[in-house]
Amino acid sequence: MRVSLKWLREYVDPRLAPEELAHRLTMAGLAVDAIARTGDWGADIRVGEVVAVEPHPGADWLRLATVGVGGEERHRVVCGAPNLAVGQRVAFATVGARVRDGHTGKQSVLKPAVIRGVESAGMVLSERELGLSDEHEGILVLPADAPLGEPLAGVLGDVVFELSVTANRADWLSVLGIAREVAALTGEALREPSLTYEAAGPAIKGRASVEIQAKDLCRRYVATVITGIKHGPAPQWMQERLIALGQRPISNVVDVTNYVMLELGQPLHAFDYDRIANHHIIVRRGEDEEAFQTLDGEARTLTRDMLAIADEAGPVALAGVIGGLESEVTAKTSNILLESATFLGASVRRTSMALKARSEASLRFEKGLPPDLAMVASQRATKLLVEVCGGTAMAGCIDVYPGKQRELRVEVTRERIARVIGIDPPATKVRAVLGGLGFSARWIPPDRYVVRVPYWRPDVRIADDVIEEVARSIGYDEVPTKALEGAIPAPIVQPLRELRERARDLLVEAGMQEVITYSTTTMEALARVMPAEDLAIYPPYRILNPISAEHEYLRPTLRASLLQTLASNLRYQDGAVAIFETARVYERADLRAAVAGRPPGEEALPLEREQATGAVSGRRLDRWGRPSESPMDFFEAKAYVESLLRGCNVAGEYVPLNEFGMVPGRTAEVRVDGVRVGVIGQVHPEVAAAFDIEQEAYIFEITLDALLLLVGGVRQLAPASRFPAVEQDLALVVARDTPAAGVQRAIEASPLVSEARVFDVYTGDQVPAGKKSLAFAVRYQSADHTLTDEEVAKAQRKLLERLRREFDAELRGG
Amino acid sequence: MPNDTLLPLRSEAMRALAAAGESAALDAWRIEYLGRKGRLTGVLRGLSELSIDERKAAGAAANALKLELESAFEERSEALRRAALAASIETGQIDVTLPARPHPRGALHPVTQTLRRILDAFRSLGFSVVEGPEVELDYYNFEALRIPADHPARDMWDTMWVDYDADGRRPLLLRTHTSPGQIRIMEQHAPPIRVAVPGRAYRVEATDTTHEWMMTQVEVLAVDEGISLAHMKGTLLDVMRRVLGPERRIRLNCSYFPFVEPGAEVAVDCFVCNGAGCATCHHSGWIEMMGAGMVHPEILDKMGIDSSRFTGFAAGMGVERLAMQIYGVADIRDFYQNDLRMLQQF
Repeated sequence: MRVSLKWLREYVDPRLAPEELAHRLTMAGLAVDAIARTGDWGADIRVGEVVAVEPHPGADWLRLATVGVGGEERHRVVCGAPNLAVGQRVAFATVGARVRDGHTGKQSVLKPAVIRGVESAGMVLSERELGLSDEHEGILVLPADAPLGEPLAGVLGDVVFELSVTANRADWLSVLGIAREVAALTGEALREPSLTYEAAGPAIKGRASVEIQAKDLCRRYVATVITGIKHGPAPQWMQERLIALGQRPISNVVDVTNYVMLELGQPLHAFDYDRIANHHIIVRRGEDEEAFQTLDGEARTLTRDMLAIADEAGPVALAGVIGGLESEVTAKTSNILLESATFLGASVRRTSMALKARSEASLRFEKGLPPDLAMVASQRATKLLVEVCGGTAMAGCIDVYPGKQRELRVEVTRERIARVIGIDPPATKVRAVLGGLGFSARWIPPDRYVVRVPYWRPDVRIADDVIEEVARSIGYDEVPTKALEGAIPAPIVQPLRELRERARDLLVEAGMQEVITYSTTTMEALARVMPAEDLAIYPPYRILNPISAEHEYLRPTLRASLLQTLASNLRYQDGAVAIFETARVYERADLRAAVAGRPPGEEALPLEREQATGAVSGRRLDRWGRPSESPMDFFEAKAYVESLLRGCNVAGEYVPLNEFGMVPGRTAEVRVDGVRVGVIGQVHPEVAAAFDIEQEAYIFEITLDALLLLVGGVRQLAPASRFPAVEQDLALVVARDTPAAGVQRAIEASPLVSEARVFDVYTGDQVPAGKKSLAFAVRYQSADHTLTDEEVAKAQRKLLERLRREFDAELRGG
Repeated sequence: MPNDTLLPLRSEAMRALAAAGESAALDAWRIEYLGRKGRLTGVLRGLSELSIDERKAAGAAANALKLELESAFEERSEALRRAALAASIETGQIDVTLPARPHPRGALHPVTQTLRRILDAFRSLGFSVVEGPEVELDYYNFEALRIPADHPARDMWDTMWVDYDADGRRPLLLRTHTSPGQIRIMEQHAPPIRVAVPGRAYRVEATDTTHEWMMTQVEVLAVDEGISLAHMKGTLLDVMRRVLGPERRIRLNCSYFPFVEPGAEVAVDCFVCNGAGCATCHHSGWIEMMGAGMVHPEILDKMGIDSSRFTGFAAGMGVERLAMQIYGVADIRDFYQNDLRMLQQF
């Protein structure tokens, strides 16, 4: 909503600088987004009068204008405007004025010039040269009463406020509504516009009628009839006000309806009285498939949900949205039926959105207009149609008002005011601020007010609504700050959330960089990391109105997003890149069993799982921080997973796995206590290439929901043994495909062994074909005594026997 | 006898000790002079041929010499040890200005860091941190918050809809704010309630330097007996100070959200210019931080919380906006481009 200070001053004089006024309005809830000034022209642009026009001796299309600017001062200038005429009041610039170029729009200082041999020291200006609009066909012609010689700034200058009106305040979508707020804020008197007019015509009764069939969608319908309209442009003052608020003047009748809508907030519609069958208006629901041509020329199809204004032949308008082509007011129209009605906001909103025809009118209706306003606006607009369009109003009006309600009185206790805003203002203050806003508050001793709500505030219904009025009028600044009192509630703990935050910290501590990627992806990217049959059986959720095709699907995995992020970083990173994200993935609800503990009615929601996914690639850094020759590998990625699992007090097992999009033999399922919690491995080079990754890349994916079930409690201290350990190295020859972890577990499970660590893997000449050598550093230690050589020797013998039995392992060189 | 034997032995031993320049030579000296089969022992063994008086005198002299040699030995070894240490320190000098060994360094995303600052502040005031689903029912995102279908306030949140419709009446959507968290908490918990609900939210939004279609938000809810707008002001002021510095001030102006009454927008004085006006605050001295207000009594009643007894406040804030201010990020879209050259600065 825009409002011009000039128009505002018609109803209230704020006596404040525009910036201060804007600040106060913003604090009170009517946010001023911008202040625009027109007419910062300086003293060298004044109101002039064209006193003579002569032909230019050197050019047919130029003329010589003599312009007076008051007193004896005359200037003769060359002018090319076709609309120049003697007697016009015009905007005249003398040398030194800042004017815009009529073609380029650039501002410059006006200098004397010689045009086709004639000296010209001044200029009659167009709107474009004044920076008012793009109009440059002719000069700007001012009203005949514009004061001669006065600076133009005093005549045309204005301040326009750009306002953000909240959805509850339809009344602020009007100049009068804003004026009421300004009056309340400043204490200045409000001057309401006049509603009285002379009804010189015959009585309307019997000459027009209204029937409301859809009483649920139309609370009130007021109609007046004005005959003998003289079609033409609206008066200058009205046009200027419309332009200032961003409305294009069209014709006097349309401009009056727009003017009253902007002034009072009530949209109006003017029908051609003679084109309404029997002058009988029917307010009814549309028929399904009912065809209707609106005044923009579009063919519309109605439904039962839509409210139509019809005559006996069919619809003539869509209530509150748009008029019909048939009944539109044209230059030939001489008699008008003026509609001022209260349509149900939700219905207007639904209809206007369905037809993609939202308008200034529908925006006002959908916020909910009070029925009283319909009568006020009807009177105001009828008055202006009589005065501005030369019409004759029929006496009286048609007023069908099925939705009449009792005037609202709200009881507000003093205790409630203090309870909600934390201060207890005196009754005089409460009554004064409410009175200023048009409410009337009666104090009922000992403890309450009865508040009458003015008709233009249908948003105020309950005590707390009134309390907001009190609070914002006193000013939120006056409310003190207090610390929360009372008992601190018992903490609510979400273990999955806590695990996720722990996972974040652990991966960062391990050296990974957290990234946050969009929750969405494309089918194409998903197809690279998920098998086609999975995507067919478990299709990802699709967004009906995505921001772009890149964001059409809710992701069931983070892999694609992480690989895209990896690729974009590898483009300029030579060194190691290790990134991770913890985020939700979305699994189809209709394909999963009911989950215990979810509230009823929520089966429809996707299962949102927390995943921690990492991507690792690039080259390790050397001592100097330069990318070395050695690439980041599987075990680098595994180190991050181990950091995560160890930090969660669980041990990971890694079982070779064939996984879609990963390199076989370089991929493992990550298990804890035998249960799958995720995957780690090398991205298949073809998949990597599809993401524009040309080097080895590794990813891991841990489903935190699965991990959560396995995470142990807080680890209890295991005291370190006070007795010395015996270290022995053990080189074993085993079959090449024997997993080292199994051998290690067997060693660690043996008596007296406290720890075993792999320190070498060898295949080659020194061991038979098909075999490999695994070297372990084995530590024997007892918690309660110093081991003897015999004990250790015996334990080792038993260990070797076991390894021979279980793994066919031989001592290397033994 | 003893003196003619002991005196030369002494001077010879002292000379040899002074010549011993390393620990091996020192060891050899100790064996030669002070060892069990060393020369001083040899002298003492020769004492048996002497008379008792002579033996006493000679024994005392030899013992005195032994003590003297031992102490000289200790002194010498200490001197040598110190010299060796000094030499090794001398040769072991390094250029301390050389770069450190590169350790991989990870960091949390700046949005996560900012979010944690906010949540830590609320936690310290007794708030629990809880989360809800990102894909929501219309009921939680709108209806229960007093934004029924066809309500004009729906224009405030341009919604992304999901192509799954449970029963034709409950369309799914991507939550447009974290406010559904209020409802979910009040459904399951009775007052006193203090929660902060962080998470992602999504809107159909034309993106520019200050608008993203995916955003991180924190919704806050406190419900108890005796909570007023003053408590809301106090709590939000305290949180802003914990996040942005103890000298911060806040300013509330009236605003409208269907689920609160009275409603407010909360601004904090610009921490770049301290309210004087600068580019960061668009020369207003204030930066919009959140929407807030007293929980609408109809919502409390609908959740089975007696609104005549209990009151509460709710507030919602955008984390990225705050992160932009804290880290001097000019374009909100940079956060989710995940350029490590940017992320690793934080």
